[in-house]
This record gives sequence, C-alpha cells and structure tokens, in this order.
Amino acid sequence: MYVAVKGGEAAISNAHKLLADRRRGDRSVPAMHIEQIIEQLGLAVDRIMSEGSLYDRELAALAFKQARGDMIEAIFLLRAYRTTLPRFGYSNPIDTGAMLIERRISATYKDLPGGQLLGPTFDYTHRLLDPELMGSDAVEEPQTREGNDARTPRVSEILAHEGLIEDDGDLPDDHQTGDLTREPMEFPMTRDVRLQALSRADEGFLLALGYSTQRGFARSHPFAGEIRIGEVDIEIDVPELGFAVSLGRIRVTECQMINQFKGSAKSPPQFTRGYGLVFGQSERKAMAMSLVDRTLRATELGEDLTAPAQDEEFVISHSDNVQATGFVEHLKLPHYVDFQAELDLVRRMRAEYEQTHDGETPDDDGLEAAQ
Amino acid sequence: MNTHTQLATYNFAYLDEQTKRMIRRAILKAIAIPGYQVPFASREMPMPYGWGTGGVQVTASVLGPDDTLKVIDQGADDTTNAVSIRAFFQKVANVAVTTRTADATIIQTRHRIPEETLNEGQILVYQVPIPEPLRFLEPRETETRKMHALEEYGLMHVKLYEDIARNGHIATTYAYPVKVEGRYVMDPSPTPKFDNPKMHKSQALQLFGAGREKRIYAIPPYTDVISLDFEDHPFEVQSFEEPCALCAACDVYLDEVILDDLGGRMFVCSDTDHCEKRRADGHVGPLAGETAETAP
Repeated sequence: MYVAVKGGEAAISNAHKLLADRRRGDRSVPAMHIEQIIEQLGLAVDRIMSEGSLYDRELAALAFKQARGDMIEAIFLLRAYRTTLPRFGYSNPIDTGAMLIERRISATYKDLPGGQLLGPTFDYTHRLLDPELMGSDAVEEPQTREGNDARTPRVSEILAHEGLIEDDGDLPDDHQTGDLTREPMEFPMTRDVRLQALSRADEGFLLALGYSTQRGFARSHPFAGEIRIGEVDIEIDVPELGFAVSLGRIRVTECQMINQFKGSAKSPPQFTRGYGLVFGQSERKAMAMSLVDRTLRATELGEDLTAPAQDEEFVISHSDNVQATGFVEHLKLPHYVDFQAELDLVRRMRAEYEQTHDGETPDDDGLEAAQ
Repeated sequence: MNTHTQLATYNFAYLDEQTKRMIRRAILKAIAIPGYQVPFASREMPMPYGWGTGGVQVTASVLGPDDTLKVIDQGADDTTNAVSIRAFFQKVANVAVTTRTADATIIQTRHRIPEETLNEGQILVYQVPIPEPLRFLEPRETETRKMHALEEYGLMHVKLYEDIARNGHIATTYAYPVKVEGRYVMDPSPTPKFDNPKMHKSQALQLFGAGREKRIYAIPPYTDVISLDFEDHPFEVQSFEEPCALCAACDVYLDEVILDDLGGRMFVCSDTDHCEKRRADGHVGPLAGETAETAP
C-alpha cells in the first residue's frame, strides 16, 4: 500500500496541539507564573537573555515557559523576537567601574580597593540536596547594607599604573563599533565584533573551549584578575539634548582574566588580558568567555597557533547555539530526493563492484533480493 | 505590561522594511554578478537555521501583495516543511498561494526544480544549506573567498578527476557544482544533478538564500549554467528504468517508495504538481488505480 506524504497540514496542527498539552502537563498542578520564573529561576532567565542577546526578563521568562525549559529553544524564541525590533541607536559604553556591585572577587589580590564581596554565590555551598525545598520553603531575610556610590576601580586599572599589564587596547579613531546582528560576519574579525559573538555564544561550547586551554591546548596561564556582578547604567546620547541620558539599569557579569605573557616580537613581556561580559549573573560563562577571548588573540600577540581554541573561524563559526541546533536538527527534514540520488549511485557502484569481484560478493542476501 | 499587543504586530512578510532593503540590495548585487556569493546580514527567523531561513528571507524581500506563492520541499507541496513555510507567508503576508507551478509568481524550493519549464517573470527561490561549493574541499571561508577571487578552481577539478580515477565516473549525485556565465563555480543547493540542466538559460530569475551562512547568490534569466565535467567524461543526469507508477511520466525525477519489507517498491514523481496535472490530463501509470484512494 502506498501512503503518500499527504496530510502535512493536519499533522502539523495536531502535533502542535499535543505539544501545547505536554507543555502544560497535569492540569491539576497550578500553572507557572512568569513572575515565579523571573524570581525563582533567575539564572535560567539570565542565560536566555545573554545568549538571546535581549535584556528583558519578562520575555526571557515567557520564552523559558513556552520552551518547556529547553534553554536553546527559549534562546531561539527570544532571538527571533529580537530580530524584528527596530534599532533606535547605540548606547554609550557601560562603565563597569561605576557598577553597583553585588559580588566582586579577585583571585590575584588578597585585598584591593573596594574589597572582596562574595555576594549570592554557589561557591562554598556543599552540594547536598536540600529536602526542605521539596515543600514551600521559608527563607531568612539576608543581611544587606547601603550601597556604596563610590567607584570601585577595576583590577586592570590598579595594575595599569605599573605598566605591567596591557591597556584596554586602542582601535583607530575612525573605528565604528561593529554590530554582529546588522552586518554579515567576516573573518578575520575585529575584537569588538568577536567579543559580541562570544558574549552570545553557547555557554557549554565556551566552557569546553576554555577548559581545553587549561588542559594544554593553547595554554594561556590565566588568573582570575577580577569577577564582578552588579548593575550598571545604560546611557544614550540624545543629540537634541547634548548630553547622555540614562535609559535604565541592567545587571551584568564581567570577568577580567589576567594572563602571563613572556613577550614576543610584537609585544614586551607583560600581563595580557582576556575579557568576558555577559548579561545577568553568569560567572561560568563570563570566565569561559575571557579565557577564549584571550586565546583568540594569539595572532595579534604573535603566539604559535596550535589549538582549536585559537582558531577564530573555527570558534566563532560554531559558537552560536541557535545556528548550530538549527543545522544539526535540519537533518530530520526529508532528504529523500538526495537520498534517492545516492541510492542510485551506490547501486551502480555495487553492481560494478560485484562484476569485478566475481563470486566473492559479501554475505548480503537481502540486497541481492532487492536487486 | 503591554508586551502581548506589541508582540502581535509584524510587518508585511515579517521582515521590517529596512531589513528588506538590505536584502534587496544584496539580491541586486547577486544578480549583477551571477554566481557570486554576496554576504548579507541574515536575521534570525521564526523557524530554525537550516530549515529554509535564507530562502524565507529572500522570498519575504521580493514578495508583494499581488504575488502568488508556491512552496515545495523535495518537489512536493505537501511535505511538512513546505506546508509550514507556506502557512507562514499566508499568515504574515496574506498572499495567494498555489500548488500549480504555472500559476506561481514566486516558487520557494528545497532540493528540487519543478519539472515544468519556468517562464519569464517567475522567481525560483532556493533554500541553501552550504552555499560554498568548495567548502568540503577547504573548510575556511578566508581561503575559499580567495579561491573564487582568483578563479582558482583546480581543487574542484581534481576532486572530480579523483572520483573518475576511483569509480570510473563522477560520484556526485546532488549539489553538483556548476559554472555560471563562465566565471563563478556555484553550488546549485542540494538539488539532484538531474535538475542541473534546468538552470541553464532559464527564463526565470533564480535566487539562492543561505540564512545560517549569511549568503545570497543569483542566476539572472538566460544565463549560462554549465555543470562541471571533462571532455571524455561528459556530465550526465540520472535516468530511471521505469516511468512514474501513477502518471507514467518518463524523463522526470522519481522518488522510490517502499511498499513492503520484501523488496517491493514503486517509483513516483517527486514533483507532485506535475504528477497530478498529468493524471488530470488522463495519463495513467501502472499502479495508479490501486493507490489513488489509499492516501489518508
């Protein structure tokens, strides 16, 4: 019996109904509110915002709910919405030195101006499952204190006075900051565009690449110079006003990795830096990003190219999980026209093979019957 | 929060006008340099990369309210992804749609070119996964762009030659490379090589969109499109030993349909519209009677 691939329309509609049902699950269990996701699954929301490159907690939470908790699907939903938004302008660079800090640690100094602040971290928790969370948990109010308005200098500014650490780096005066989402990617990239790509790259991919550099594939001798998490102002220049106005505040995680560097023909011995900046609280991603950023500067610093993490085209071309998941998963679309062509070729080649290998055909009766 | 109402408003054919203008510029450049891959700032689309986002962006940029759209995948109008893309444009552009090749002004396709000869004024939009014909010979974009610039296509000829040396014939059956207007080697997208001759001097405008790889390229009407080959090993298309089981068509591309687990099979037109039209015209294949009613 020949069953044609008819009824695609009905099948799709029914599949989507079933998906909606599965997403909701048992109707006797209360539905999740967006507020609950924002408040109680905040780090998931942060990752969706960061890799979706859209800072909107409500929409990220909505995407998370709609995606049934599938991170990459949620990131994709947010990206597909983001791309339709008009571009009004570009904000000024954020000043992380003026950050309202919630967490700030340095692994290179015991103490430093502005102090070390542990903040809300999983570090030093014992990873023991907490049965109390099975029920509705009452939680103590945390200790807080007044925010400090003073600037907290970044660790790179502190070291810079000695000239032992490289500067922030200069781009030519006429350099226009690139925009990954508005211009086609071209290799080799300028560092601004590369950092954009890394900031929205897949966390797992960056984590693995950063890890590979620690295990000797392009070792970069890193120290976590500083990690800080907190809120910064977003300011935009308004030509009519002649000064910058604040649009609001966003939470970001910044990581400055300090790397030993023995010098090369191009640069003197000094500490170099890798940089990581992501939306929300995502220390793992910011750290991995700064490791990979530093490793990708190999050409600029005149280092030998030996490892995957140093290869810009390899890293950046494969770092976007929305692209990656789309192309990997497109393999489930029908390919029977191409497969038919290959089937025909293999049959021909097989027939030729059997002609030249008389009598020693491999043991495959099924195929012979099929012929 | 009025996010809900904001979310609901999309421009005609989904993309905003600035994006369409950017894509149209890329298309114009592509038409001006046949076969050259023009980088463009591909957008995220509401369907996944690899599922036709390039084709959808091209279609969205050339589509007008008066157009009639046909969408095929594997030659068929009713495969799930074709249904999904057609429904998308019905929803966001409210355009007329058709399954009839002759009635369509724009045809978006994946993996096939319709059997019926296309005419002037029609646009065929291809969905392209990997636009770079040299990609599997040289993975680096920086290198392949150089090779195109220098017209350095020796590597491709060596590959085809090695096929012949090993197998006695060229072992590429789909995405068979072509040379456009004597200059650029181009990937025709994963259409079977059976369809390659249809690209040559086609009256229709052929546009190729690769969303994930951010490239657009084009073949203007009446352009030379020559499949690469050697004098002593000329290019050949696939041929089938039997006609379509439903409409008795010969010289068309056929899908093999497995009928049972005993090796039983039938061959039917991959182009469903062509097959239906032929059957309506009274052509009857050997298995037409017993299968027409079994489709759900």
